[in-house]
Formats: sequence, C-alpha cells, structure tokens
Amino acid sequence: MLNPQLNKNGELKHLLTIEGLPKAIITNILDTASSFVSIGDREVKKVPLMRGKSVFNLFFENSTRTRTTFEIASKRLSADVINLNISASSASKGESLLDTIDNLAAMHADMFVVRHSQSGAPYLIAKHLNDTKQNHVHVVNAGDGRHAHPTQGLLDMYTIRHYKKDFTNLRVAIVGDILHSRVARSDIHGLTTLGVPEVRAIGPSTLLPSGLEQMGVRVFHNMEEGLKGVDVIIMLRLQNERMSGALLPSAQEFFKSYGLTPERLALAKPDAIVMHPGPMNRGVEIDSAVADGPQAVILPQVTFGIAVRMAVMSIVAGN
Amino acid sequence: MKLHIKNGRVIDPANNIDAQQDLYVAAGKIVGVGQAPADFNADKTIDATGLVVAPGLVDLSARLREPGYEYKATLESEMQAAIQGGVTSLICPPDTEPVLDEPGLVEMLKHRAKSLNQAHVYPLGALTVGLKGKALTEMAELTEAGCVGFSQADEPILDTTVLLSSLQYAKTFNYTVWLRPQDPHLGRHGIAHSGPAASRLGLSGVPVMSETIALYTIFELVRATGARVHLCRMSSAAGLELVRAAKKEGLPITCDVGAHHIHLSDMDIGFFDSNARVNPPFRSQRDRDAIRAALLDGTIDAICSDHTPVDDDEKLLPFGEASPGATGLELLLSLSLKWAEEVGAGKDAVAKAVAKVTTDAARVAGLPAGGLTPGDVADICIFDPNTRWTVESKALASQGKHTPFLGYELTGQVKITIVAGHIAYERQ
Repeated sequence: MLNPQLNKNGELKHLLTIEGLPKAIITNILDTASSFVSIGDREVKKVPLMRGKSVFNLFFENSTRTRTTFEIASKRLSADVINLNISASSASKGESLLDTIDNLAAMHADMFVVRHSQSGAPYLIAKHLNDTKQNHVHVVNAGDGRHAHPTQGLLDMYTIRHYKKDFTNLRVAIVGDILHSRVARSDIHGLTTLGVPEVRAIGPSTLLPSGLEQMGVRVFHNMEEGLKGVDVIIMLRLQNERMSGALLPSAQEFFKSYGLTPERLALAKPDAIVMHPGPMNRGVEIDSAVADGPQAVILPQVTFGIAVRMAVMSIVAGN
Repeated sequence: MKLHIKNGRVIDPANNIDAQQDLYVAAGKIVGVGQAPADFNADKTIDATGLVVAPGLVDLSARLREPGYEYKATLESEMQAAIQGGVTSLICPPDTEPVLDEPGLVEMLKHRAKSLNQAHVYPLGALTVGLKGKALTEMAELTEAGCVGFSQADEPILDTTVLLSSLQYAKTFNYTVWLRPQDPHLGRHGIAHSGPAASRLGLSGVPVMSETIALYTIFELVRATGARVHLCRMSSAAGLELVRAAKKEGLPITCDVGAHHIHLSDMDIGFFDSNARVNPPFRSQRDRDAIRAALLDGTIDAICSDHTPVDDDEKLLPFGEASPGATGLELLLSLSLKWAEEVGAGKDAVAKAVAKVTTDAARVAGLPAGGLTPGDVADICIFDPNTRWTVESKALASQGKHTPFLGYELTGQVKITIVAGHIAYERQ
C-alpha cells in the first residue's frame, strides 16, 4: 500500500501523520521553520511563498487556537485563507464529507487544513483527492480524533531541538491522558524517528492505550519514578469530560498523583524543559508555579508553532 | 429435467467421497452417484472434466437486506450473488427493517425468495421482539413460518435474565439459539481490535475480553439449560480455546467464522481502509492463526461468508463512521479454498474446504442440504478449483461492492450452480 502522504518521488504532498516520515523530511521541516521564526519579529511579517494560493481551513471539530495559528501561518505566507466551520454548515445539512471536499476543490482550493473528530478522516480526504486526480490540492492534518496532530508534534520537536540541540541523548516524558491524545501519538513518532533513546509515558492504566511498548515507549505509572532524570517533560491536557467518570475519579485526585508540581519537577534534570500543547488546566495537570516558572517553554512553543506551520504549508504546497 | 454430470471430481463430504464419478439428477433429486439408475436418459449432459462437483454451498450468514434496506441491496441482486458464488442454501439473520420477529414477515421473505427460484433461503427469527433484548418472540409460530433458529444478530441482550429465559424457552422446543459472543458493554463502541494497531491509529478498541466474557456467560447458561447454541463469528484465539474446552466437556455448541477473518488481521486496516471495518473486528495475526488451526482441528465447525452489503455512502466515510461489513457470497468458496491450501492440506485441500461450507454448515444449521446422497435435493456447485480471478467491484453481482479483498487474486471459480435440479447459474 502506498503511503498516501508522499508523492511518487517520495516528497511530502500531504501531511497526515509523522509516523513513517523519513527523518530527512522532518529535519527539513524543522530547518525551514527556523528560517521563518524571525519573520514574526519583522515590521512586515510576510513572505510571498504562497501568494495567490487559497488555503481552506476545514474544521469539522471546534478549535480556536489551532485554527488561528494556521490562519496566521497562511497569511504570513501571503496565501488567501478561508475559514469554514463545517460542523455548523454542510455536515448538518446531510452533505457527505467527500461531497463537501469536491465542492471546495471545484472552487480551486490549493490546500485543505483539516481538523476532524474521527481518526483517519484526513486520509479519506487525501486518498479521495489522489484517486480523483485532483493532485493540485494538498491536505494538512490539523488533528484527527485520537490519531495524529502532526503539526503540533513537529512544533514540539522544533522546541526540543531549539533548547536541547541534540535528540540522541535525551530522555523525554509524556504525562497524562495518552489514551485520548493525538498529540502524544505524534510526539512519540517524532521522538523515536529523530533518535531519542528513551521516551516515557506516565499515567494511570486507564489513560494509557495498550501496545505503547510496541511504539517504543517505556511505561510508568508512578510520576516520581517516571520523571527521574528526564530532559523534557510534555504535559498533556486532561479534557474536562474525562476528569470524573469511569476512567478517573476526580481532577483533584489526578493532580495528586500526576500533577506537575515544583517538587516533582525537581526530580527531572536541573535544565529540564516543561512543555504543554495548551490550553492548560492549572491545578489539574500542572501547578501554576511550574507553568509560569523558568523551565516552562509553553509560550515559545506557540511562537514556534506558527513558523513550523508555515514550513509545513510551504513545503507541502511545493510538492 | 434429467441431468448427467460426467467426468467430474465428485467431492461429497457427507459420504466421504472424493473421486472421479458421474452424477445423475432427475426430478430435482440426486438419483445416482457413480452409476446411472436403470433406464436413465439424460435431457442434458454436463461435461465436468477438470472440474469439481460438490454439494451446493450452505452459507450460515448472508444479509440480503430485505426488508428495509433495499438501498444497500435487494433480494434479486443478492440471490444472484449467491448462485454466482455457488451458494444454494443461505441463512439470513433477522436484523432487517422491520426485524424478523413476526411470522408474517418471515413468510413474506420466504415467498419473495421462492419466487426468484434461486437459492433456498432460511431465515433466523429474532430471539427477542425488535431485537431489543426484552421480550421473547413467538418462537413456535416463527418456526412454523420457516425460521430455522433464533438470533439477536449483532444486538446485545443487556439483561442476563432474558438471555437465560430465552435459552430455557428455546430448549423446551429444541430450537437452536444463534449468539454472537460479545459483551454488551465492553468494546460496545469500539471499532478495531484492542491492540497496538488500534492504539497507533487512535481507534477505540474492542478487547478480546468482550468475546471471552460473553462465552463464559453463554457456557454457564448452556450448562444450566441444556439449550443448543450456535456461536456466530468467532474472532479470537482465547475465545476458541474456551470453545475447544466447552466442546470437550460435551456442551451442545457449535461455532462458525466469517471467511474474511481466516485471512486478515488488524494490520490490514492499513491507512484507515474502511473496507476492513467489519464486525467483529479483525484481530491480531496470532488470533488469525488460531482461527486457521481451529478450523483444521474441528473446533470451528463451518465457514460462512458473513455477507453484509454496504453502499458507498455508508463506506466512503472516516473509518469510525463507516458501516461495518463486507460483501462475501461470491468470495466464500475461494476464501475457503485459500485457507485449506495455505494450511497445507495438500491433495485433500479442496475436500476440506468444501466440507466447511457444505456438509458441516448444513449439519450446524440442521438443514436438508450439503450432501450428494441419492434421494437428496439436487443442489450442486460445479467449480474449477484452479481458475484464478481478480476481485473487482464490477465482477461482483452483489450490490455490496466493498470488500477488503479488492484487487486480490483468488483461486477457484464457480462454473455451474444447480438448485433443486435446475441450472440456476452457468458462467458464460
């Protein structure tokens, strides 16, 4: 089976997942992003790489933050951006996903940035575009179900590289609700591809998917043990609807066992960085003292995120 | 019409025959094997040189989608698919719309099927009214209308009290109850086998426990009631281990597997291929290997097509939203042959495969079919065991064009299907 995100020359045509991407493609995205970071500091925050191109933000699932960062990235690339909140329009009128896509493609879209609650939805779209020879349209996955959030994963890799330089001597811990997290999956694939020797997952059994070991991850249920000697801590957001129920008794109890406090952070390496994909629940997965502390790199993540999305969009659009 | 089928390799598992013999048919029945009856003058002679002459296939599960889901498939299209696949008797589950829980509906379906004069259709009646798992159906009336057993299809019975009483009631009249071993809660919203592949793809899982816990419950209820239970669509190594032990213990149970599950695993989901969205989900390669072995040692009695036509609108969706199911009637023979070939049955391979979709299946369902004994209804499948064909949408008569085997090259092709002595299908 052909990997639907690569063209026949093995170049990135769509970005659907980090899994299976050659290291060279990831490194190229990060290098390209680094040339875009400074654009944000200029007086004219634009480059003409995608001038005249139309980017459609197709958000079948609500998101303000990710959609905004894609919108900013598109605009800095000089593309025209159209935001569509599909959950409120055609889907509710009974139009099928692929009909929507065909209609928008007929409006000469150049790129779809897709967020969908179903794992794999961007694959369906990319495969449909490939099968129907609409090869000029590119798909960027902005988060699908629990499956992948590749641009978040890449901006996390960018952030780690920025602070740690080398991946091959790192211990990275991912903490919290990994079961439902597309960010965690994308981070795991990114980290293992870039040569991180030890990726740890920390959480209660109810929030860890089965088969994590096969993804090259070491599983810890004890936060203190898991944080010992790590260079990078990636905290995950605990969704409100999962804070109490069959998987967890309460947010308080979660914080008690898995919240990142200054005391726990002290178990990691002294220069360890703390990351979070946002939005944060202070007092649920992370203590304010840590979130606002010197080791947190949560706001730089957001800044880098724009540059990484610009890199992804410009690379994909060129292939 | 009198038929003389000559020079074929007759495989009749019911009588342990696998030899080159001639077969004679008259007045809709088999009248001679090997030797023509006295004064037999054939109206038509079929030269079956190089072909296998087997009993017509008996499919333990084929959804015909009527009544209610004619947009997915119609009786005409699916009955045509059946005879093209060599299937002459098929059992259809009761999950139609409305559900087959009233004698009138069953009679109508039987009547519609009969008027097409193709395969024999044997409906399963709903075990509970509306398949809701609450009130028992009129099983005696439904049996009189033509039901050969009772089933919940894929619907769970939440209340074990109802499951117990349905088995007690069925036992009273010696009806067979067909159950899908699946816990009503565990994995109820799952869409793929709980394991590394589902975790990687971010698909919610159906754990193996869902099958084993249900089996423990069913076996305990069978012990208590003595009811005869047929277990539909086994999927896991652990589940088969329990079935093996239960059979050894002497419980009155049988089981089947869907033909797709003999060959595929969760790895075949690939990049979210919704054609591989089936129920129960494809499990691990280890489970698939256990299924192959369990067929060989007889733990699994029969292979069925689990034919479930799904239309494009319900398949061309994100994996989790796509309707489960695959077309199967026209693949049943080839997939069974592929199994026997791959498990190294050698020169007995064809006979072993044929048994699982004819004699064994008929025995499980208690049908007067699956054999070529003189006096039997002449349901016959004549196929070329060596023809290779490619699975393509346009090659399928079924209205369901979705199968994870699209593009596969399979071996074994039906040439002629005879139902009750008349040639229902002949490949041009």
